[in-house]
Amino acid sequence: MSERIELDITLPKETRYLGLVGQIGESMARALERFSGDREELAYHINLVLTEAMANAIKHADQPTSTEVRITITLARHKLTIRVYDQGQGFDLHTVSPPDTASLQERGRGIFIIRAIMDRVSYRKLKSGHVLEMEKTLH
Amino acid sequence: MNIQINEQGAVVLISVGEERLDAHNSGDLKTRLLSLFEGGKNNMVINLEGVRFVDSSGLGALVSGFKNASARNGSLKLAGLQPQVQSMFELTRLHRVFEIFPSPEEAIASFQV
Repeated sequence: MSERIELDITLPKETRYLGLVGQIGESMARALERFSGDREELAYHINLVLTEAMANAIKHADQPTSTEVRITITLARHKLTIRVYDQGQGFDLHTVSPPDTASLQERGRGIFIIRAIMDRVSYRKLKSGHVLEMEKTLH
Repeated sequence: MNIQINEQGAVVLISVGEERLDAHNSGDLKTRLLSLFEGGKNNMVINLEGVRFVDSSGLGALVSGFKNASARNGSLKLAGLQPQVQSMFELTRLHRVFEIFPSPEEAIASFQV
């Protein structure tokens, strides 16, 4: 039987907590019992995806009523699922273009990075707010 | 943000003393670089030896500095990238944009050729 981990984290909607959520992801990657790949790379990637997704939620969740960000991290049957909930206006995942080195934009690499690391990325509207859902199969 | 700035002749060496360069502190770095440009400095080396983690906004602050230096006929070079940080530049293809040196000494010497 493969291991099952479920973390449900609620944090203030502030960038000072990006390091904390990243550390939680890194620690989880190092603690996995069954993973045959490059563990340090996985730790960095989970840290990065959590950091990018939470920063994105802070940026798009500009409603004064929402002061928290909720993140769930689930590992079940070798599949890692990270969900980041925001209360804001939302954005269109498909209008985020890949970074263009020629024009050297300062912004817009976050979603590109998440897509490069994770197998499947979706952004859905909920009754209240949105959820950015990211999945990756671990071997 | 913990940052050390040393002038070495015509080159300014900026050493980032934070383990993480992310959306929490990248704005600080961008502001510090802008004040150096406004003070007439346009040749810079950013020493990232102490940085273990960089996200897209950290990369954005470095791109901002690179563009400002280039616009002033100067140059912003990077040094001391940890392997995981280097891989971020490769992932976003920014390793083709920046001049990257193993050590700050080599980056500074490259201005004197």
